[in-house]
Amino acid sequence: MSTLKRLWSLGTGRFGILIVVLVVAVALVSLVWTPFDPASVDARARWLGPSWPHVLGTDNNGRDIASLLMAGARTTIVVAVGAGVVATVLGLALAAFGALTTRWVREGVAVLVDILIAFPVLIIAMMISAVWGGSLAVVVWSVGIGFGVNIARVTRPELRRVLHSDFVLAGRASGLNTWQNLTRHLLPNVAPVFIVQLSWGMAVAVLAEAGLSYLGFGAPVTQPSWGVLLSDLQKYIAVHPLTVVWPGLAITLTVLGLNLLGDALREAADPTLGERTTAARTHVPGVVA
Amino acid sequence: MSLVVEDLRIDIRGRTVVDGVSFTVPDGARVGLIGESGSGKSLTALAILGLLPDGATATGSVRWNGREILGLPDRELAALRGDDIGMVFQEPRTALNPLRTVGRQIGESVRIHEGVSRREALRRAVAEAARVALPDPERIVARYPHQLSGGQRQRVAIAMALACRPRLLIADEPTTALDVTIQAGVLALLKSLVQDAGMSLVFITHDLAVLAQVATSAVVLEHGRVVEEGEVAALLRAPSSPVTRALLQDATATLWHPETGVREAGTPADAPGMHASAVDDADGDAAGADDAAPREEAP
Repeated sequence: MSTLKRLWSLGTGRFGILIVVLVVAVALVSLVWTPFDPASVDARARWLGPSWPHVLGTDNNGRDIASLLMAGARTTIVVAVGAGVVATVLGLALAAFGALTTRWVREGVAVLVDILIAFPVLIIAMMISAVWGGSLAVVVWSVGIGFGVNIARVTRPELRRVLHSDFVLAGRASGLNTWQNLTRHLLPNVAPVFIVQLSWGMAVAVLAEAGLSYLGFGAPVTQPSWGVLLSDLQKYIAVHPLTVVWPGLAITLTVLGLNLLGDALREAADPTLGERTTAARTHVPGVVA
Repeated sequence: MSLVVEDLRIDIRGRTVVDGVSFTVPDGARVGLIGESGSGKSLTALAILGLLPDGATATGSVRWNGREILGLPDRELAALRGDDIGMVFQEPRTALNPLRTVGRQIGESVRIHEGVSRREALRRAVAEAARVALPDPERIVARYPHQLSGGQRQRVAIAMALACRPRLLIADEPTTALDVTIQAGVLALLKSLVQDAGMSLVFITHDLAVLAQVATSAVVLEHGRVVEEGEVAALLRAPSSPVTRALLQDATATLWHPETGVREAGTPADAPGMHASAVDDADGDAAGADDAAPREEAP
């Protein structure tokens, strides 16, 4: 409750919330209504500038860019949320195994994470798509695995640190079992680190969808997606520069919004930072850079 | 409801740190475990609750109410912890979760052991906060640990340990990290709470002067062995071991400052740096908390 209020009182938090709500709302609306059918090709309406009724213009096939963007938001959400879920489950599981089990398992997990972290998301995507072919699932799994390992890498030492803190011992002394200690003391105290990583991972998922779709590992050409749209239109950037701006802007704003939201969440979740006024803060969100 | 520790031995990676410690805490007794840093007194306390760190193993016997509790599975020990046996730790700054309100932390063991609702736990937390003489209990339960002074936080820790009305309280140097002016108040509170409830107390300290204020009998430890035990009054009058004599000397040396006649903190017995800095920190901390919380510590 108060965390949400604090989140809203932060400028970055408010911006992040608004962006995320906007993307979700647009995606929901696109399920029932878009100005034009995003798949309908109209040879007479190619390369129209922003005008009525094509508010953002049309592309090389005469498809309405605004409708494509609206429908593409669905793809973005599926990818960001899917990759977020995969990264969370994998990352927290690895971190928990690497921090809470017996010494040999811990060391083993640490080595495994160190090895896995050496694989770039792109390589993972290529390996997965080599077996199962290109699809959105490839993007979700490759970004999810890539960032899950990142989350594990950053969260594990944090978990170890909190595990050895006095209040966890005090919690055990008042009768908490391991699970209760994990949910009440350990996870909330590693959450700030975890949230920043997760929001970063989700933002990267949005970017990766664009990049991987461009390389052919991601969404099929028939599925409306910001990444596919961007890679389609950038071939004509010298002739019709304005058309590239729209999907580019959508991707940039979403990534920025996710990053700022994650950073603000971290801040809002820490009650020791809560009393400072927004005006007094000189904090620069580090993740965006 | 007595605690019997018999021939307790604790090894950490092949090194014996507690060797053959035996003592008994009868119902309602207040027993002090005293010794210098590294004498094994804290580990003994942790072993009673089965909270030894990784790599430490305890052998021997710890009987609570006639039942052997050493080596019980964690699940069964968890049922005892906080409910039958409560514990207060040395460092009030780190013994509280910074992200949870004071009220939720005090009510935590009540929720676990008695399965009450969140609202009922909060109501109990307010009552417990009042019992440990925290100011404005209705409002203080909604605060976070960083908004409280060091002394207030230690009162919260005591309230946490006592919320389920345990029969035995283990206090591990509960006043060491506090300002000297605040120590007396917390000690008096601890003693009166234990006495009023007819609880037993195991009080761990390196300071004989502090021990004399709360405990009736004492066990003196050195290098993990019991070197002397008996009534506190007798120990003070006629210490038989060199350790006790040294502790007594420290206590009398620091009890009265030669010039000001005021009791001073920081005993030479504790030279290995740790605690002197803890005392300094507590001072700075209490001062830092002034703006957030009014500094109240009337004994």
